[in-house]
Amino acid sequence: MNTETRELPMTLEPRANYLNDGHSIRSWLLTTDHKRIGLLYMVSITLFFFVGGAAAAMMRLELLRPQGGLVTSALYNKLFTMHGVIMVWFFLIPSIPTVLGNFLVPLMIGARDVAFPRLNLVSWYLFIAGGASALWAIIAGGVDTGWTFYTPYSSTYANGHVLAMAAGIFIAGFGSIATGLNFIVTIHKMRAPGLTWFRLPLFIWTIYTTSLILVLATPVLAITLTLMALERLFGVGIFNPAMGGDPLLFQHLFWFYSHPAVYIMILPSMGVVSELIPCFSRKSIFGYNFIAYATISIGVFGFLVWGHHMFVSSQSVYAGMIFSILSFLVSIPSAIKVFNWTATLYKGSITFQTPMLYAFGFIGLFTIGGLTGLFLAALAVDVHLHDTYFVIAHFHYIMVGGAVMGYLGGLHFWWPKITGRLYCEWLAKLAAVTIFAGFNLTFFPQFILGFMGMPRRYPVYAPEFQVLNVLSTAGASILAIGYLLPLAYLLWSLRYGKPAGANPWKATGLEWKTSSPPPRDNFANAPVVTEEPYNYDAQAAELSLEENSHA
Amino acid sequence: MNNPSSFPFPEQASNLAPGVDWIFYTLTALCGAMTLLVVALITLFCVRYRRGSRASRANANPRSLPWEVGWTLLPLPIFLAIFFWAAKTYFRMSRPPKGAMEINVVAKQWMWKIQHSDGRREINELHIPVGRAVKLVMISQDVIHDFYVPAFRTKQDVLPGRYTTEWFTPTKPGKYHLFCAQYCGLDHAIMGGWIYVMMPADYAQWLAQGQPPDSLAARGERVFYTLGCSGCHAANSKIRAPLLDGIYGKPAPLSDGTIVTVDDQYLRDSILLPNKQIAAGYEPVMPTFQNRISEEDLTAVIAYLKSLGSVERNDP
Amino acid sequence: MPDSTLAHAPQFDDASQQRESATFGMWIFLATEILFFGAMFLGYTAYRLAYPAAFAAASRHTLLAFGATNTAVLLISSATMAFAVRAAREKRRTALTVRLLLTAALGVLFLCIKGFEYAREISEHLLPGASFQFDQPYASHAEMFFYLYFLMTGVHALHVTIGVVLIAISGFRAWRTDAFMRNDTAVDLLGLYWHFVDIIWVFLFPLIYLVERHS
Repeated sequence: MNTETRELPMTLEPRANYLNDGHSIRSWLLTTDHKRIGLLYMVSITLFFFVGGAAAAMMRLELLRPQGGLVTSALYNKLFTMHGVIMVWFFLIPSIPTVLGNFLVPLMIGARDVAFPRLNLVSWYLFIAGGASALWAIIAGGVDTGWTFYTPYSSTYANGHVLAMAAGIFIAGFGSIATGLNFIVTIHKMRAPGLTWFRLPLFIWTIYTTSLILVLATPVLAITLTLMALERLFGVGIFNPAMGGDPLLFQHLFWFYSHPAVYIMILPSMGVVSELIPCFSRKSIFGYNFIAYATISIGVFGFLVWGHHMFVSSQSVYAGMIFSILSFLVSIPSAIKVFNWTATLYKGSITFQTPMLYAFGFIGLFTIGGLTGLFLAALAVDVHLHDTYFVIAHFHYIMVGGAVMGYLGGLHFWWPKITGRLYCEWLAKLAAVTIFAGFNLTFFPQFILGFMGMPRRYPVYAPEFQVLNVLSTAGASILAIGYLLPLAYLLWSLRYGKPAGANPWKATGLEWKTSSPPPRDNFANAPVVTEEPYNYDAQAAELSLEENSHA
Repeated sequence: MNNPSSFPFPEQASNLAPGVDWIFYTLTALCGAMTLLVVALITLFCVRYRRGSRASRANANPRSLPWEVGWTLLPLPIFLAIFFWAAKTYFRMSRPPKGAMEINVVAKQWMWKIQHSDGRREINELHIPVGRAVKLVMISQDVIHDFYVPAFRTKQDVLPGRYTTEWFTPTKPGKYHLFCAQYCGLDHAIMGGWIYVMMPADYAQWLAQGQPPDSLAARGERVFYTLGCSGCHAANSKIRAPLLDGIYGKPAPLSDGTIVTVDDQYLRDSILLPNKQIAAGYEPVMPTFQNRISEEDLTAVIAYLKSLGSVERNDP
Repeated sequence: MPDSTLAHAPQFDDASQQRESATFGMWIFLATEILFFGAMFLGYTAYRLAYPAAFAAASRHTLLAFGATNTAVLLISSATMAFAVRAAREKRRTALTVRLLLTAALGVLFLCIKGFEYAREISEHLLPGASFQFDQPYASHAEMFFYLYFLMTGVHALHVTIGVVLIAISGFRAWRTDAFMRNDTAVDLLGLYWHFVDIIWVFLFPLIYLVERHS
């Protein structure tokens, strides 16, 4: 095999790994190594995260006072559009799949790389090209349609660079499709000997389901945005009422993509949590099969509930009822997962390192986010809450409380594997707690604001909403500090962190069986899998024996 | 009159509000209990089974199947109950009662134009008496808007090219927010106003201030003649076009064999897109009035057609 | 280095794993494509159901002869592509080269016919937009029909163009390079893609040209 010829003798320092396998810029920008591509994504989405976050910070400052005054309405409208577009398409959707997924999928299944490494690099360039187009649209004057691009506002009435923004999303979308395709083929065809489907880490199950959604939903978004753009360019189009077109068709097509997109964001986080909980409670995961099935069924049901975004858009009452009941049903697999994670803790041997704190944070916030989804699935209640801050709070609990907590948890868990270094544990714990507290202070008041009736996308608002808005802005500033901390100590760890060793958490899984950082071809010897996933019970049994002997 | 809402609970000022709130509070109780249960269990396990604790770890892996089946099936009946409850309320919200007071709403960037049936017009304000069912017939001149009155717990998108309706019976006099809830561009946030719910006596007084120029139907009649509709749609006209007296609410046979009920949307489409649905037995000769008639005038014409009594008509 | 006689990329264990992966990847890609076209077909279906008479009237203005000829051209090209795949399996260089180039030529013929058809339709003011003209009573909904027509056939033609370019390149590579002959996966994948493009047309043809022509 290639690996052995390339491996340097163990006595040489530093050992050959994917990070020191070439130092030129070219060796990074033209790499086909899935691990390096993962890092390219990490740097780019971090940049986008802080761009989107800056927009959010401006919005929160504007909302300190009912009459605003910090920014004009026109700028505010551009800010929330920019925040939505950047965070959804250039941070959340790529976050876990392209960073952790790229890095981990081949490692976890014992492969040397993904099935199509060059396509993988092309994905990143598409992502960057799309991101550049979106950023250009923002810099050149902005877009004020909201991230949802509802017609006829976007197609006919809006000023601004809607076309460049849509083109950016379109191009990045093809990057997503290529990534999804790559993962599906890799997971199907390149698993190590002995690694059967039901021995796969649950993270792989979630990445697999996410990839299916990416491949099947993204093309619908691509064509929908194309249709909107054509209508904007030529004045004719299928959403145009003058030609007998129906603007609601746009909403149907848009949400056919964008609802499953929510699962693109949350499923991989669930996968991360399913890795963290067993590791830090030293127990095999409770109900592995059910979590795997629940993952797939969330993916499938996710395609059938888009109409719950349209309960007040004048779709038929009966369609509303069908979408409502399906939305209730899709919450059941999510509930199953929460119960299984909780049950995994039972009789474990729990420690509280940083990744586990994020996992707990995820469970708490995701539970609240998921349960408030029931309010919005309940038809009559949604009529009141639709397009209010309740919706904002709900999906931020899912996407920030859920997806971002999962991403950060995963980043802290695999950071030693990715970089070979340990970060400063107490700072990391402080950051986790800060983020959790700041998040709740930011978004919990918004549930109440929504119930009181404050509509979303308002730069100025009625005075009775001020107290809660001030609380929310206060929380946002704590949250901002929480997000800056990891940037600092993780960068610090790159140079000054202690060497991590191959398996600092004593975790199971193939990625921990190779050195940190892994060599270019991942494994010195091709791995063969002989045991079930999350086989922590052997370790736990030893521990409890020791302790009983002390007693 | 302007009673600040009892923070953080919004005012309940319509017949729909208590029903919605009941579901909301029930869900809050159920979901709160659920969250507390999960948090309590996690806390309990974290304390009891922290590394190094002496709690017994014997039989740490119980069979999962009974548990999985349990927590899959347990939420189902609860979810179904909530679904039916909320769906029933939603159904009620979507069916305005007969005899509701009809008020026309035209939305445009960034203004609400209200037309009462007596011809009285308001902008960004709506005066209504307490205790009477109100049905809003709404249309947008440009983009999608949304008529949202938090105190009434009801909202509905207002679409270009299609009438949507929303109804409520105000139950409490006061001054309530009207918001646009669907993002509609630059001044979306200030596209709002006030709903004044008045005691019957106050309402009568408000009505008495200044005589309205014309009833909506009378204005519609003028438009009907000005635009020349009467040239064809008259009993003695040379061009054969359907007579319109008393057709509102009746079934109309179409040339493709289907039968539709003549309602606001049908009349509107017949004026703007005359060839979408062609009345059986007539040539499709009517020109379109798209871009020749404003939304408000269209509303007035429809009100006029509604007001026409039933008369004998000689079938073609 | 791998001991197997067939070359394969380093991430794969052997050539058969590579081949399976590539084929599977192509199927996934085609699934994406189906959804891409699916949204347009959905729009078409929705409006055809809403405006059946206008769509029937508009469809009578399409050029059936052009459409039917093109259907035949594409079906024949699918056959020549299938023969090319067989030639690749049997490592027959000349046959492979000829069949690939023939397929590409048929693709070009399809595009030419489509081009003439577009030109005539544009001269008849059937291109939606400011210059669109259609007899009352169906003008606006016929415009919708022709918008969907140009959109769907245009996107399809784009796919044909991409196919033609790739097939022509493969034809030249089969002729000039030995490496290409050693591995028949590429031709297999092109075949899958080309048949897919063909099938899309088979659905488009009746939807566009044959609305109520049977009566």
